[in-house]
Formats: sequence, C-alpha cells, structure tokens
Amino acid sequence: MPNRNIENASRRNFLQGAAGLTLGFYLPAIAAPAAAGKAAPSATPASADTPTFAPNAFLRVGVDNSVTVIAKHLEMGQGSYTGLATILAEELDADWKTVRVEGAPADATRYNNLFWGPAQGTGGSNAMANSWDQLRQAGATGRAMLVSAAARRWKVPAKEITVREGIVSHPPSKRRLHFGELAEAAASEAVPAKVALKDPKDFRLVGKHAPRKDSVDKTNGRAIFTQDIQLPGMRVAVVAHPPRFGATVRGFDAKAARRVKGVTDVVQIPTGVAVLATDTWSAKKGRDALSVDWDESRAFRLGSEEILARYREMAKLPGLVAHKSGDADQAFAAAASIVKAAYDFPYLAHAAMEPMDCVIQLNAQGCEVWNGEQMHTGDQSQLAGIFGLKPEQVKINMLYAGGSFGRRASTDSDYVVEAAQIVKAIGGTAPVKLVWLREDDMRAGYYRPMFHHALEAALDANGKLTGWRHRLVGQSILAGSPFESMMVKDGIDKVSVEGADNLPYAIPNKLVDLHSPPDIKVPVLWWRSVGSSHTAYATEVFLDLVARSAKKDPVALRLELLAGHPRHAGVLKLAAEKSDWATPLKSGAPGSRRGRGVAVHESFSSYVAQVAEVTVAADGSIKVDRVVCAVDCGIAINPDNIRSQVEGAVGFALSAALHGEITLKDGVVVQGNFDGYQLLRIDEMPKVEVHILPSSERPTGIGEPGVPPLAPAVANAIAAATGKYPTRLPFRAEEFRV
Amino acid sequence: MIQINVNGKLRQVDVSPDTPLLWVLRDSLGLTGTKYGCGQALCGVCTVHVDGAPLRACATPVSAVAGRKITTIETADQSRVGKAVQEAWRTLDVVQCGYCQSGQIMNAVALLGRNRKPSDADIDNAMSGALCRCATYVRIRAAIHLAAKSLA
Ligand code: FES
Ligand code: FES
Repeated sequence: MPNRNIENASRRNFLQGAAGLTLGFYLPAIAAPAAAGKAAPSATPASADTPTFAPNAFLRVGVDNSVTVIAKHLEMGQGSYTGLATILAEELDADWKTVRVEGAPADATRYNNLFWGPAQGTGGSNAMANSWDQLRQAGATGRAMLVSAAARRWKVPAKEITVREGIVSHPPSKRRLHFGELAEAAASEAVPAKVALKDPKDFRLVGKHAPRKDSVDKTNGRAIFTQDIQLPGMRVAVVAHPPRFGATVRGFDAKAARRVKGVTDVVQIPTGVAVLATDTWSAKKGRDALSVDWDESRAFRLGSEEILARYREMAKLPGLVAHKSGDADQAFAAAASIVKAAYDFPYLAHAAMEPMDCVIQLNAQGCEVWNGEQMHTGDQSQLAGIFGLKPEQVKINMLYAGGSFGRRASTDSDYVVEAAQIVKAIGGTAPVKLVWLREDDMRAGYYRPMFHHALEAALDANGKLTGWRHRLVGQSILAGSPFESMMVKDGIDKVSVEGADNLPYAIPNKLVDLHSPPDIKVPVLWWRSVGSSHTAYATEVFLDLVARSAKKDPVALRLELLAGHPRHAGVLKLAAEKSDWATPLKSGAPGSRRGRGVAVHESFSSYVAQVAEVTVAADGSIKVDRVVCAVDCGIAINPDNIRSQVEGAVGFALSAALHGEITLKDGVVVQGNFDGYQLLRIDEMPKVEVHILPSSERPTGIGEPGVPPLAPAVANAIAAATGKYPTRLPFRAEEFRV
Repeated sequence: MIQINVNGKLRQVDVSPDTPLLWVLRDSLGLTGTKYGCGQALCGVCTVHVDGAPLRACATPVSAVAGRKITTIETADQSRVGKAVQEAWRTLDVVQCGYCQSGQIMNAVALLGRNRKPSDADIDNAMSGALCRCATYVRIRAAIHLAAKSLA
C-alpha cells in the first residue's frame, strides 16, 4: 500500500511541487475558517478522527462525503472561491451542494500563482486563468482515483464506471457508492500519471449555475474578516500617522493618551505613533488624546492643482517612447486636419468597505498572521525580515477581505509591516490587531495615480485616421517596487501605459510616450483595472471625438478600425445590437437631454464593450439610466458571477466618474471619510444588462475588465446629449448646465 | 456597568457611557456580524435595529440605548421578514465581498417591516444611506422585491 500517513501538525512537508499531484494519503479533517465560528480561524489542521482522501494540494474528500477545495486565491468579493471550486468540482463530478472551500496557507511551493513564477498571491484578474488547467487536473485526478478504488472493490473494469454528482456507479450491475464511502480506499490508489479531462460539451457546472459558496455566511454575520478576529490578550492598535507624506515623528507626549481607560501602550514605530488598548474605542480615544510633534522638513507639500499644472507643462515635451509604429510625425505633417484633446484624472482611493487591518501574533514557531491576504510571498518575506524569521515560519491565515480593489496587494506590504512593527515595539508580548479607522485608510495614500493625457489625431482629406499621438504623464506604480525589474522596461512602467501602448485600432502611424515624474512623493498603487482605469477613457473618448469630427458613427468607425481584432469587434457588435444602437434614444423629461455612448476595451485578456444611456438635466447633473455590457472572457466558468462582477464594476467605475477624487492641499489629503469622498449610492445605480459572448477560448479575468469602458461610454453619451465631452474626471455638473 | 438588551438577552457591559454601541457589540460582546465602515453615520454597514427601527450603531452611545431592544444580524433569521430577506439574498447571490451586507440586510428588513410592497423609489429612500463599495445595488434592489413577493 502506498503512503498512509496520518499527519497532525502540518501539511507543508508533503505535496511538494506546483501541481502537487504526487501521493494519495490520509489527512485529518481541517477546521474550515467559515465553520470556526467565533474562534479565530486558523489554517492549522485540527486533529480529527475522520480520515480523508487528499489526492493533491487542492482537494480533500471526507468519509462524510464532504468535498473541500483548497483555494489559493483571496476571496475579496470577486467570487474566486466559488470559481476555483467550480473548476475542480467539474472534473471531479462532485455534488455542488457538498463542496466547501477553504483558504490555502501561505506556501508558494504548492500555491504559487502560476502566472507569477514562484510567488503566491492574487491579482491581475488571473485567478481563474492561472488555475484552470491546474484545478481541472486536480479534480480529474481525484475522480480517477475514486474510480479505480470502485473498480477494485467491484472487480469491474474502470471504463464501465460512471461518476455523477458525488456518486460513483457501475450501471451494468446497478451498484453505486458515494464519494465518502470510497474516500478511504481511494487514498490507497496510486496517483495516475496522466488523466483525461472532460470535453467541454460535457460540462455540468462550468458555464451553468453554481451558486456562491460564501452567500450564507455573508448574510448571517458569520463570515470572518480580519476586523472580526479576537485573540486572548489581544491589543487593538490605532496609529497616529503624519499629516503629510514623508514626515516623521520628532517627539510625542503620551501622558493624556495613557490616562485613557483601556490604553495599555503607546509606542513609536517607523510610520508614526501607535496607541494600543484592550478594545478599539479605547485605542481611538487614546490616539485622540495623543500629541505628536512631526518633523516635516522632508514632507511632500504640493497640492493637486500644482501637480496637475506641472503635468500639463511636462506634456509639452516628448517623453520616453512606449510604442512606435509607422511615422507619426510624417502623418501629422501631411494631415488635412488634426484633432486634439487632453484629459485629467485625479488620485483615487480604493476605499474598500473594510478599512485596512491586520492581526499578528508571535509564538514559539515564529509568527502567525490573520489578514485578507493578497500577497502571501511578499508579506511573508517582509515579516520574516522584521522578526528575524525564515519566511516559512510566517504562517498566514487568509481571511475574507471586505474588498480590496488592489489595496491589499500593496507592493511594499505597508499596513502588514506596520502591524509587525507594533508587535515588535511591544516586544511581542501580545497579539496585535492593527485597525485603521476610515480616515486613516483614506489618508494613507497608495492611490490610483493622478494622470494627464494629451492626444492628437491626424486625418487625411477623406477623413481617414492616419496618425495618432498619445502622451501620458503620471507617477509610476512599479518604480522602486519589487516588481520594477520585471515590469519596467527602458523606463516605461508597463502599468502606466497598458491600454494605450496596445491600442487595437488600425492606424498606420502611432506614437505613445510617457513621463513618470519621480519627484511627486504621493504613494500610488494599482486600483481596480490599473492603467486601463485612465487609458481606456483617454483612448475611447478621444476616438469618439475623432468619429464625431469625421462625421462617422462611433460604432461603425470602431468596427472599421478593428478588422484585425475579432474579439474586440465581437463584443462591440453584441453591445450595439443589444442596446438598439441603430434606433434613436427616446427623449426624456422636458429640459433634459439624453444621449447614448459606447466604449470597448481589452484588459487582463478579456474584452468588454458597454453602451451607456444618459440623461443630463438642465442643471448639468448626470444620471446614467442604463448600461448594456457585452463580455468575452473566454469560457464562462460561472456566468452569474460574471454578470455580478460586471454589474459591480459598472457601479464602481461610475462612482469614480461621478464622485471620485482625492485632492491634496499643500500636501495634506483633504478627504477623510465618505462625506468628502462620496461613493455611488443605490439611487444612482443604473440598470445593467450583461451579455456574455459564447467562447471556447481559455477563461480570462472578470474582476477588473468591466471597469475601464464605463466612464468613456458615459462621457461619450454625455457628449451625444450635450455636444460637449468631459475632459476632467470626475464629471462636473456645472460644465453641462444649459 | 451598563445593562443592554441584545437579541433578547440582558447583558452587562463595563464600558464608559460614551462608547458607541458598535464597539460594545463587537469588542465587548463578540457580536462581530455588525461591521465598522466609517464611524460617522455615513455608510450604514453598522446598522442594527433598536425597538425595530434601523439605527447606526457607530454613532449611538451605548448609554442612549440602555433598556431598549437591540437586534443584530446574528438573529435576523428569527423574524419572518428577516428570513425572507436572507433567503432572497442567497437566491440571487447578492453578496460580493460581503462586508456591507449585514447592514444592507438590516436596512432591508426594516424597510419591509414597515412597507410590504416597496416601490423602487421606496427602496432608494430606505437604502441610499447604505453604501456598498462592490456596488451590488442591482441585486440588492432585486432581492428586496423578491423578498416582498415571498412575504405577500
Ligand atoms: S460605520 Fe456606522 S454608518 Fe458607517
Ligand atoms: S458587498 Fe462589498 S461592500 Fe458591499
């Protein structure tokens, strides 16, 4: 009999290798985070008597028929837990009702993101794309071993056995067994070297309806987020951060803070002064009572308007070339007419509903972390450095994140490091929960960078687009980060220009160049859809302006220029058809103006087109009535989740287009809470229709790709209604007043 | 010591009277289903019911609710309306990150408690103070209509 280890402490020592399809053996049942109730969820296997069939790092089948899928990607709302489980359960032929999901521990040897080399983490909308083959293999392997176990027991050929919804059957003899009844025996089967995957036409879960696995616990208050962790003796830490980026602590007076009942410690850390207390409210009161003397000699002091003025100046000079095809200068010299426009984008906060937080405890083995964990490998190595541990001594419990939109994937682990520095400052004497209050979260930086775009188009005498120049000015997200060597080439930060340097339109002469001002010291970070959050707007609004100038229909012109890009064209046609593009829009209430606008954009290898219908009132206020979306993200694993993500992306992007703006005055962030940084509300949410293009391509992302086309589609609709394109985000009603 | 009535149980809590109900629920009583989002009555994720009406727990000092009946998401399923709302939320897979959803549900339950057949405008009125960063609003609206139907 092959390995029949009973392992109580750690699964880390076996199942080496990315695919992990090495051995069959028993594992004890592991307490699932969601099932752990009020106890702190932990990835530590609890000892249990139930033997379990665990053919690889992603799957356990219990004798109780439970099927547990180990998810290596963070569930932050995007549906990754459900999607990952769907892929595996499909090939396993599991009963969806018995499938549960558990977050993977931090262990890049088994759980690395296959698109990120040796690093474990979640981002780039690639959870499904990088897991597709891996989890199909994992499921099919489990299935094959259950089948061989049944074949051995019944003494029949394996090929006569069928599997459906968690039941293994031998139709000729009418025998059947549940997965649970075979789990023990399957654990003794050899892991097959090669397994057959299903023909997509036989899929029963993929492309059908597999309800979310987190719906129940997220509707009864039982889902555990980092904010909910309570450990014995735990301290809650609230931190006083400097009012300006780059300032440091010169000194502080903690007398009043220490007098607050519940306050236990006041400690200086590299990022400010932390007040620790037995509970959150006492920690907050303690911080309010604290007085800190800040050294602002090296602080960043510019305001948004000054930064923008600099960017506009910089845009007058050539930048580093990000894309060059043909001879743009020549095309402009020979042009019959030239169209120009420029667009400005503000800093944006992620403003996840759960502000940043992190729990860390030192123990005899090293340290244990509870976090909505998005960058396991980076965070492990940062924490190992701070505590003098080996990365594998940093155990991370990946909890649900109350949103992230990129924020928890901080390139320098900022808030995780801050939590660790507090633990270190108190000598590891207590577990610490770092809590950022909303104002701390909003003012901490790590914003979507402010950008200025300047575009020019050359048209010949027939109105044909012959030249395109696109200049971008904005801070680099990746400069100085661990990703710099991978993703910054010849000074071009790939994520500054994505969506602009790969413009799909057939224009013979193109030049895209970039300025990345190094002296603007506002921390910046990826924000849902990253570069495309501004490049899609600049390119799609400008192309619309060109179409209007050339008196061409915006859909027709795009299709004409997309001959070589069938997937862009596919979603564009579908969105146009479903929105009745060819039929004039019904007029609105007297005094209001209505318009329809379109945009199409590829991001994260998915293609989305949107048509927005907008009503602009006499006072210039903008109401988006309806958005029709067409999506091509390859094979649709969970169509309902795709719809849900695109609906949410429309709302998220509209929130930014109508309200989103972080402003600096003299280096100080003005907005602190939702009164200053408004989010979209239910009464502003348009009707959203999502149409999914059937596809047999590999699955690609859907968490982000619904965001980029929304603002340009709305802007183009505003222009259709009013004749005027918004050139500055967020939209300003006064510009559209009659 | 302050005595409060939470989910049908009398609880004694040793906190200063200005402590917001939110932190008493979360930190003193371990009822973490009610969330913190803004602390300023701006987002609605902390919504609980006091004597059946929705209230922002982050902006309510615990002393102000002593002796009144507080209900949190943890016992939402004990009322017919609460059950119907949770059921509708699950049928339509409303949730994304889920962080705001306790508050959404408590607001929706309060709405359906006083208005069994809310119009879209009623929903806008009752729910526009409940922010969802994931913008699950399309489904929140649909789920409220679905719950109303199931209660009819
Ligand atoms: S936390 Fe109470 S309204 Fe936001
Ligand atoms: S579901 Fe994420 S904030 Fe509402």
